[in-house]
Amino acid sequence: MISYRNVTKIYSGKDVALEDVSFDIAKGEFVSLVGKSGAGKTTLLRLLLAEERPTQGQVMFDELVVHTLRSSHLLQLRRSIGMIFQDYKLLNSKTAYENVAYVMEVLGLGEETIARDVKEVLEIVGLSDRAGHYPSQLSGGEKQRVAIARALIHRPRVIVADEPTGNLDPYHTLDIVRLLLKINELGTTVLLATHNKEIVNRIGRRVLTLADGKLVRDEQEGKFIVL
Amino acid sequence: MFTNSKRILRSGLEKFVRDRSSTGASLVVMTIVLFVVSSLFILQGMGEFLVVKLQEGVDMSAYIQDTAPEEEVSRIRAQLLALDQVKEVEYVSKEEALLRFREAYQGEEAILSPLDAIGRNPLLAHFNIKTSNPAAYPAVAEFLEGEALASVIANIDFHDREPVIERISLIVAGIRTGVLAVIVALSAIAVLVAFNTIRLTIYGSKEEIEVMRLVGASNWFIRGPFLVQGVLVGIASAGCALLLLFVLSFFASGELQSFTGFDLSSFLISQIFFLLFLQLLVGIGLGIISSFIAIRRYLKV
Repeated sequence: MISYRNVTKIYSGKDVALEDVSFDIAKGEFVSLVGKSGAGKTTLLRLLLAEERPTQGQVMFDELVVHTLRSSHLLQLRRSIGMIFQDYKLLNSKTAYENVAYVMEVLGLGEETIARDVKEVLEIVGLSDRAGHYPSQLSGGEKQRVAIARALIHRPRVIVADEPTGNLDPYHTLDIVRLLLKINELGTTVLLATHNKEIVNRIGRRVLTLADGKLVRDEQEGKFIVL
Repeated sequence: MFTNSKRILRSGLEKFVRDRSSTGASLVVMTIVLFVVSSLFILQGMGEFLVVKLQEGVDMSAYIQDTAPEEEVSRIRAQLLALDQVKEVEYVSKEEALLRFREAYQGEEAILSPLDAIGRNPLLAHFNIKTSNPAAYPAVAEFLEGEALASVIANIDFHDREPVIERISLIVAGIRTGVLAVIVALSAIAVLVAFNTIRLTIYGSKEEIEVMRLVGASNWFIRGPFLVQGVLVGIASAGCALLLLFVLSFFASGELQSFTGFDLSSFLISQIFFLLFLQLLVGIGLGIISSFIAIRRYLKV
């Protein structure tokens, strides 16, 4: 489903962020991407969303080379991926409900469908009673749950989570991990970038380890290993 | 399409109402800009008023021979009126000229008694000529001094007044150029300030735009609400600027009129629709163009 083939990314001609990285992710997998800060995790995810172009190699999604897609196909690609960020990236002038509904509005879905699905997904993430609150009125954990609801709402085929628990306390961290596992059990592929050892070890699924831009380990039931 | 347009409009309205810092900053700056633009429009009106006032003070007289036949005088009057830029030709008969002279020097015996001593009316009938532009007087003088009219026109007083007329022409041209220069310079500054303010507020929404892009929103779905917000800011600031203008004119109109003779209140009332149109055009235009340009750099997919 997702394939990185000999991907190298060099910034400003000398700063090597990724070097000859290759791996595949099958449909329905839960993959943790680990490594120190600056190891290249975020660059790897940005390449999948075609926010960056690889200096060499190819990133493929469903046999399509993402960085060669035209803008209309790129929009389709991004609509089939749900993104979750460490800093939530919610729209501050919209309520929790509107943040989640926005994705469905982008897809041009009807008001009734939006109302029904947003209500449902806010229930799943446990935020039904906070639907009318703005991001500034929510705690970190609640904001991240809104972000997860937004990533889930349009039933994407892949969820990409970039350090989703980086700003959360241990209690909320577990909460978010449980949600991601539940999403994965329902058939959605999850790609989780993190440097939280406890999370990775608790999940016990496939782990890709990056060090200095290189893929140094790919284990099916991996553990977080400090390099 | 209709659903998307409706959502874009609603989203723009929400941004306008909820995004108070960006709406507030744009509104304040845009109101000041529109106030400046309106003031420049008033300045232009006032400049034109002063120019007309100066021009009205200038005329030339062409004196008619006593022997000139009446039909010849009428023919020349018609020819004068047919000339470009001749605005007004007043015929003053010998009797009328005497009457005006007596009125003008009423009580000044030293001047009037020699007139009585002559026993006849020594004044000549004449044309008082006004043109729409002081610079046109030399051409009129040239026409009147032509050989064809030598038997009718005794003399003209243009050459006595020529230096004054030339000076006034220069002042009029100076006022017009000066006002135009001020309008162009201040308008350019105002437009740049408004453009940069809107650019900065959109820069503040950079992350928001990034999120919209990442969830797959099309460029128009992202850009639309910002443009709607720009239009609403334009409309609201036009209203604020107009209100501000009328409040200030209420206090300043009297002073200004006694100082320059320019009636600001009447001018504003007579020009209110044009002023509103100008403000809406500048406000909405600036809002849309600045937002469009500012947001473009964040839309690269």
